[in-house]
Amino acid sequence: MQNLDHIISEAQQDFAACASIADLEQAKARYLGKSGSLTEALKGLGKLSAEERPAAGAAINVVKQQVEAALRQRRDAILQAEQDRQLASETIDVTLPARSAGAGGLHPVSLTLRRVEELFRSIGFEVAEGPEIESDFYNFTALNIPEDHPARAMHDTFYVDDKHVLRTHTSPVQVHYMQDKAPPLKIIAPGRVYRVDSDATHSPMFHQVEGLWVDEHISFANLKGVVQDFLQRFFERDDLQVRFRPSFFPFTEPSAEMDMSWGDGWLEIGGCGMVHPEVFRHVGIDSGKYRGFAFGLGVERLTMLRYGVNDLRLFFENDLRFLKQFA
Amino acid sequence: MQFSEHWLRQYVNPALDSQGLSHALTMAGLEVEELEPVAAAFTKVVVAEIISAEKHPDADRLQVCKVDVGNGEPLQIVCGAPNARAGLKAPCALVGAELPGFKIKQAKVRGVESFGMMCSAKELGLAEESDGILELSADAQVGQDIRALFDLDDKLFTLKLTPNRTDCLSIAGIARDVTALTGASLTLPEINPVAAVHTQQQGVKVSEPDACPRYAGRLIQGVNATAPTPDWMVRRLERSGIRSISAIVDITNYVLLEQGQPLHAFDADKLKGDIEVRYARSGEALLLLNDENVTLSNDMLVIADDSSPLALAGIMGGDGSAVGDATRNIFLESAFFAPAVIVGKARRLNFSTDSSYRFERGVDFGNTVQALERASQLILEICGGQAGPVTEVLHDLPERKPVRLRLDRLNSVLGIVLDAAIVGTLLERLNFSFTLVDGGFEVVPPSYRFDIEIEEDLIEEVARLHGYDNIPALAPHDDLQMLPAAEARLSRNWLRDTLAASGYQEIVSYSFVDEAWERDFLGNANPIALKNPIASNLSVMRSGLWAGLIETLTYNLNRRQERVRLFEIGSAYFAEDAAYREVGRISGLAYGDAEPEQWALAAREVDFFDVKAAVDRLTNGRAQYVAAQHAALHPGQTAQIVLDGQPVGWIGKLHPKWQQHYQLPRSAVLFELDVEPLLQREVASYAQVAKFPPVRRDIAVVVDEITPIQSLLDTMRSSKNTLISEISLFDVYRGKGIAEGKKSLAFLVLMQDTQKTLTDAEADAVMAELLDLLVRHHGAALRN
Repeated sequence: MQNLDHIISEAQQDFAACASIADLEQAKARYLGKSGSLTEALKGLGKLSAEERPAAGAAINVVKQQVEAALRQRRDAILQAEQDRQLASETIDVTLPARSAGAGGLHPVSLTLRRVEELFRSIGFEVAEGPEIESDFYNFTALNIPEDHPARAMHDTFYVDDKHVLRTHTSPVQVHYMQDKAPPLKIIAPGRVYRVDSDATHSPMFHQVEGLWVDEHISFANLKGVVQDFLQRFFERDDLQVRFRPSFFPFTEPSAEMDMSWGDGWLEIGGCGMVHPEVFRHVGIDSGKYRGFAFGLGVERLTMLRYGVNDLRLFFENDLRFLKQFA
Repeated sequence: MQFSEHWLRQYVNPALDSQGLSHALTMAGLEVEELEPVAAAFTKVVVAEIISAEKHPDADRLQVCKVDVGNGEPLQIVCGAPNARAGLKAPCALVGAELPGFKIKQAKVRGVESFGMMCSAKELGLAEESDGILELSADAQVGQDIRALFDLDDKLFTLKLTPNRTDCLSIAGIARDVTALTGASLTLPEINPVAAVHTQQQGVKVSEPDACPRYAGRLIQGVNATAPTPDWMVRRLERSGIRSISAIVDITNYVLLEQGQPLHAFDADKLKGDIEVRYARSGEALLLLNDENVTLSNDMLVIADDSSPLALAGIMGGDGSAVGDATRNIFLESAFFAPAVIVGKARRLNFSTDSSYRFERGVDFGNTVQALERASQLILEICGGQAGPVTEVLHDLPERKPVRLRLDRLNSVLGIVLDAAIVGTLLERLNFSFTLVDGGFEVVPPSYRFDIEIEEDLIEEVARLHGYDNIPALAPHDDLQMLPAAEARLSRNWLRDTLAASGYQEIVSYSFVDEAWERDFLGNANPIALKNPIASNLSVMRSGLWAGLIETLTYNLNRRQERVRLFEIGSAYFAEDAAYREVGRISGLAYGDAEPEQWALAAREVDFFDVKAAVDRLTNGRAQYVAAQHAALHPGQTAQIVLDGQPVGWIGKLHPKWQQHYQLPRSAVLFELDVEPLLQREVASYAQVAKFPPVRRDIAVVVDEITPIQSLLDTMRSSKNTLISEISLFDVYRGKGIAEGKKSLAFLVLMQDTQKTLTDAEADAVMAELLDLLVRHHGAALRN
């Protein structure tokens, strides 16, 4: 039995010397292989008497189990070491930057229009569109601005031909929409508008958003309510004050100029009023039954105030260093 | 409209400071655009008389003056002004005075004590430049504060009046509105008819009574046309931005400002026969007071005499009958011309006058003769002379029709509750006469209001006086109904987000471009031209968006950007059969490296296929690309983009000649698509997912180099074999083993039977069919 104990310690040493699974397999063969020492020992049982055999066999089996256990242990250890090596070799610097295709972004005017559309959509306004090259009729006449009316001089108009202009406001969209659909109506109409004017605070092209609500019960107080609600939500300021001043637009009566509290003073933010009966007449809506309010807001103005932009020209220069700030 | 606050307060003086008055006007619709003091602040400057002026003992250019400041002992003041002389009255800043920018102290000037400073207009902030000390008139009262003398504590109001408020184009009109707003009492100048001291009259014939329903005038003889205009009048005119010219002209301007009635004075000795109000005859010419010789058209109303037109009625007088220094006798005109007759005429001649501005909008036809009397009174006072009787030709004046105002309508439109008594009070304050009728009022507006024609006009007036601030802001009540949400319709915002996520930055560029862009770049020989462009490089409407993208690229390259991705959504404009069409477009540009410079990717120039990926995303992979030619693009790297069989846009590399022309260091790839077709998609509809795994087979064929890959794919997809679930290209090979002029293409084919596992034989049959199609349609050879 001395011999068997020797086998265990020899195998343990032998296995411990193995650095790879292949070495280990060779070492295993020396004990458990076809002519391994334990296999040989088991073969030797045949030479023993029937009385001796069970005890000797049991002893060999104990040794065999111990050798196998040593083998397993060593195999696990070698695999673990191999995996550790692999993991170590695969370690990366996670702070290296990601592969990048480059970032794009939206123009700040688009960001504003999107917010405007979302806010008004949340109380049921649909978005309407109209042409930018407008007939005289839609841009002026249908809005109660007849030819030679002094109000036409308020609009520095681009002419395309004698009867067509670049729309000076988004109000013509009201007219198209009211011609096509019957009340009640709730729309906003964002878009490009044009005036012959270009300096530090005027651009020959800019954006307006027009709002229109026509129904039987709409009042001037509602106009104030909706505009104030919008401006407070848009600027996310419940303390924002809105001021309405009497003004004049041929297509609304009463008319108002809208000012918004800003810093210590007031800033003009757009015009509004109750739809003029003459406009209803042009589109065939009964002004005895229906009333409506309309408003027009300057989109660049809203954007400038929202993001603190101080120069209108930045919106049309398209300097990427400016635009990327809104990505 | 700009005016002196003191002038207004002479007529109405509410208990409000300047700011308060300004706020009240603004909140009543008479927006105060500017409010500024007429002069800089200074103190302790008084009228002084120089008693004596002696040469300074030690300085050639200085004088030592004895100055009476009305305070007992004369002061000794050293003065450097050459015009300082004994007997002159001039402003003197006393010791302790604060002038704009400095303080006056007792001082020694070259050894001589000086107790104050004689002032120039510049030193008092009254002028930009001045030459010597300010010379005051001999009757100025010594010791009087200069601020009082010149009324310098006055402020300038500038109103931004809306076109409807023609009644506020005068101080009296504004005063009237202030009275209505504040309740302060109104004291307008008293106008008493001037008694005629002779009987001579100028003959007047009004041939166009509709255009001139009221014409009044009178002869004033023996005037002194060179009499000086009084200081107070010059000052008020100046504070309204009108330069003093001569007493008679100044008086007509003053009455225009005070009463809102334009007047004209003719030199009566230059009139030949009777005055006639008539339309000009075509071809008649008139030399106007602004030295412009205009050719008149027959819709222009003129004041003529027997021989020729004398003045453009309501717009401007003529040079031939103008009042000058030698004028002795004048014919003073005050008339009402119908707005519709005056409107647009001055603009047609490219000018506007204070007179035309008012007549176009409406002048109070009830005040024509009063204003004439007011001007007569001032002329007699200032220029002397003898007035004759007023000649008046009166026809049908505009009618002020009664306007019905229903109380319930008023309250429901405004969203407030006012009772009849309150509304009645407001109407009274406006001088609107009314009678109570069932449910409301019947209102007749005064002759100076041209903006009260319908019920809404009255509602606005009531709201204005009640105060817009006093109308609550109320959330509307509505029947809630959800908006439609068409799932088959994408939004423009989806397009924006898709391109932004692909690395493109949105821009907004002008819709008008240089004509050269249209002509050279888009081959558009007849773009829509603006009649009045703001600049020659912004003169035509764009028919495509690339000009803006390339200009933006250039702008940013000049600012050291090296890799640029841009897109814009906007309209392209077309003229067709005298009508205009606008097409929404989305357009993009890629320039520079394919990716930003980075450690993990090798630098590579952006190319057609990078940009094609963006177009595929916008079209959800539905687009087809057909090689084509475009004036702006590289002839070998250009495709027309086709969606559902319709051409919807272009993609391609910028033509090298344009790259050179615009001095771009590297090339750019551009695309442009119609927006509308991109917004349509199909709502998903479930098809059964197969329970069995797909079978993949590959096929490699050799075809001519010129054969478009798309055509092979189209041919294979045309097979309609229901087992085929996908065919795609995975390799393109040229070179060893492939003949010159040929290319080898490898496709993978996925096959699927939803009901059972495909057998090899079935898959083989599909592949044989596909190969057969390629051989027959494209002369393809199977590659081994």
